[in-house]
Amino acid sequence: MTLPTPDSAQPPLTLLPAASEPPKSRRRSGIVFLQRLLLSDYFVLYLTLILFTSAALIFPRIGLASTLGLPNNIANQFLNMWPLLAVAVGQSFVLIIGGIDLSQGSVMAITSVIGAVVMSTVLEPAMFDKSPLWGTVITADGGLLHGSAWAVPIGVLAMLLLGAGIGFLNGFAITKFRIAPFMVTLVTLTFFSAFALWLTQSRNISGLPEGFLRLGTGDIISVYLGPKLEPDIARRDILPAIAYPTVIALGLALFAQFLLTRTVMGKQMFAIGTNRRAAQISGVPNDRVIIMVYMFSGFCASVSSILYSARLGIGQPSLGNNLLLDIIGAAVIGGTSLFGGKGSIKGTLFGVAFFVLLLNILNAARLSPFIIDAVKGGVILVAAFLDVARVRLVNREQSA
Amino acid sequence: MTTLLEVQQITKAFFGVAAVKEVSITLEAGQILGLIGQNGAGKSTLMNLIGGVVQPDSGTMLFKGASYTPRNPAGAYHAGIAFIHQELNLFTNLSIAENLFIEDFPTRSFGPLRLVDRAAVQQRTKEMLAKVGLNLSPNLTIDRISPGERQLVEIAKALHLDAPLIIFDEPTTSLTARETERLFTLMNQLREQGRAMIYISHILNDVLALANSIAVMRDGQLVTQEPRQNFDVKRMISLMVGRSIDNLYPPRTAAPQSQTLLEVDGVSAKGIVENIHLTVKRGEVVGLFGLMGSGRTELARMLFGMDSIESGSLTINGQRVTRFTPRESIRQHVAFVTENRREEGLLMNISIADNVALVALPEFARTAFQVVDQSQMRDSARHASSILQLKSGDIVQQPARSLSGGNQQKVVIAKWLLANPAIFIMDEPTRGIDVGAKYEIYSIIDQLAANGSGILFISSELEELIGMCDRILVMSRGEIFGEFDRDQFNAETILRAAFREEGDSL
Repeated sequence: MTLPTPDSAQPPLTLLPAASEPPKSRRRSGIVFLQRLLLSDYFVLYLTLILFTSAALIFPRIGLASTLGLPNNIANQFLNMWPLLAVAVGQSFVLIIGGIDLSQGSVMAITSVIGAVVMSTVLEPAMFDKSPLWGTVITADGGLLHGSAWAVPIGVLAMLLLGAGIGFLNGFAITKFRIAPFMVTLVTLTFFSAFALWLTQSRNISGLPEGFLRLGTGDIISVYLGPKLEPDIARRDILPAIAYPTVIALGLALFAQFLLTRTVMGKQMFAIGTNRRAAQISGVPNDRVIIMVYMFSGFCASVSSILYSARLGIGQPSLGNNLLLDIIGAAVIGGTSLFGGKGSIKGTLFGVAFFVLLLNILNAARLSPFIIDAVKGGVILVAAFLDVARVRLVNREQSA
Repeated sequence: MTTLLEVQQITKAFFGVAAVKEVSITLEAGQILGLIGQNGAGKSTLMNLIGGVVQPDSGTMLFKGASYTPRNPAGAYHAGIAFIHQELNLFTNLSIAENLFIEDFPTRSFGPLRLVDRAAVQQRTKEMLAKVGLNLSPNLTIDRISPGERQLVEIAKALHLDAPLIIFDEPTTSLTARETERLFTLMNQLREQGRAMIYISHILNDVLALANSIAVMRDGQLVTQEPRQNFDVKRMISLMVGRSIDNLYPPRTAAPQSQTLLEVDGVSAKGIVENIHLTVKRGEVVGLFGLMGSGRTELARMLFGMDSIESGSLTINGQRVTRFTPRESIRQHVAFVTENRREEGLLMNISIADNVALVALPEFARTAFQVVDQSQMRDSARHASSILQLKSGDIVQQPARSLSGGNQQKVVIAKWLLANPAIFIMDEPTRGIDVGAKYEIYSIIDQLAANGSGILFISSELEELIGMCDRILVMSRGEIFGEFDRDQFNAETILRAAFREEGDSL
């Protein structure tokens, strides 16, 4: 009996789609270009630029057509970006390990309140005498450390520690009690939002010291674009080029980028987000990394809270209430995958820029808030869809 | 006698690699066709084609004389082909009855509503279970019954269809000897009723005992299909292998040394493993053989600190282990090549370099911030990859998922090499990879042993353990049930131990 040997002459197989396809047509190369674009790290940046240019043509107030409005508006754009960037960086970390942090908004609220409780220099008794803190921690003279030179550093430190502390609670419950991140952070969201409202009886705390306000608005390098002749320049004509929020948020983003791409923890985060079991078997300290990531997320939320509170000049118990969709939206638009294991700080930066610009355009178009929210939702849906499409594309490329 | 199924010149390729190449087989009504071949020979793909799981690239199938082109498993099911898969397809959270009737619950009318007729479900489930000799309550959930019982439930489900053709893909791997016997009796009854069956198994004597005709596959092609009378075990093996068995395994280059690396003393966990004693010496390859469900994987997971041990102790390199966690095991220089690359071994979307560096990552950390020394990390990863002759592009760019099964397994091994382990626990290290890659993995195992590592080699392929090991331990129902030195190796005796047939040779 003769057996067919594996290497006996066989007609060539024509099973690969690539092999049987006609040479690349123009259409095909167009598709390849689109695929490249979609997979590019800078996809969202291109999108932002396209959006900006087209909007500038339609709504002159935003862009090129109006020379007066342009620098002012752009400066404003950036000021809107920084607090969102800070908090979205933390969310990106959590998404990369395959988790989710719904509690960031409440961290912003409670840290904003606690910071103000420490730092405020004057409080209206009629507004706060119902607060559980009245008479002990806060008085008509202001907060706990009112007037002290240490008020601002200690207030800021308290905010940061509280943010990281709530993150620790999240991470601890998720790793040690094995409760789903969604559930844990939903509970902390509800609890600390309510706690912030209870402490202040829903009032905003004003009277924050000058030294703190500077963190949200102060310029480091300013630009003046008007004529040189006038001796006094009106404040509103001076544009912040590099402001404290710029330095703080970009510094945080750079630090996060460094953690993510250069350190052991960053690599372990991607491992956990890609395959938690494989990571554990490979000796990755899963629990420790997960707790650290949630702490970082809380920390980022409190940095964002500092920037917002200082800009608004108040400790606001409702701060961050409606921010969740913006935060997750910006991260997802920036290419961070909700399935874990994928994401970058660069992407989140572009995502935030895109998102803020989009909101700016929608506002400029004087659409109703409902329409704006609907458009926001639609854009995030498209971004989430692109996330899925990218994964498919990558898989197809690799199997071909 | 009428021809029930005729497969003609069927071909199926995945990513350009032919898994089944121009295969033709025929099956008569009322007959059993035995299908044999090594892992990766194309048996499962052929059955998936018949079962509608995948569609052929070319070739035709005739079923009951008519053209048969199933678009999906449901199509095959409705045409009258029942497929009992190697991996069980039961819902573990549902009851036996619910699993059996998931596709068509008997219903009764209640006004405009269709209600599930519970009484009928109970009654019919009991009848169906009785047919396969199971005496269980229909309301038990699947996760409460043994793997063997699950297999029989799966078979009961297939019988429920009254299918003229039933495909059995390795049905006995998780059955006890008694359950196996019951299954064979049942199959003979079904044959007498005129049903046809395709029976895939690695246990060649079973195939010989059951089948009317036997088809042998190798490298995606049909070697031959002939009546049973033409075969004996020896001929079956030589047809499956296509060359002498001697060349399947590299020669072992060094003998075990005297120093004991791993000592397991009376490890137990209730209902999983019982009173396990074993040792692995420096340079020794110890095989751990057992059928599915024998507790071998569970034991490996316990030794590595992934599951907890209730009693007993573990001594690694003379030091008694006090904390059982994967991290502690890694610190003690133990490596664990897991059974399942996709789920527990690799980070599929991450680059090969990062995969290889994962275990040893802390060793590349610099400064208080634990900055990874990228160039050193990549150099080490490249070095480990080249030692194992990994075939890949740029390991920094290429993700692990793009590699073939054999090369993926090398990445898993490379990742442990960087951590410099003394003991390797390898659970099914050659599962799902082709013959050539297997040979390379065997060579790596030999090299590791020659360099002084101790290896616990867990496998359900007895042949490879016989080819590679210094000693083979047999596990059965959570216990070590036999120990064989190299000069005592005999496939039949070892299999008997695995089946707990004590009478003959133990």
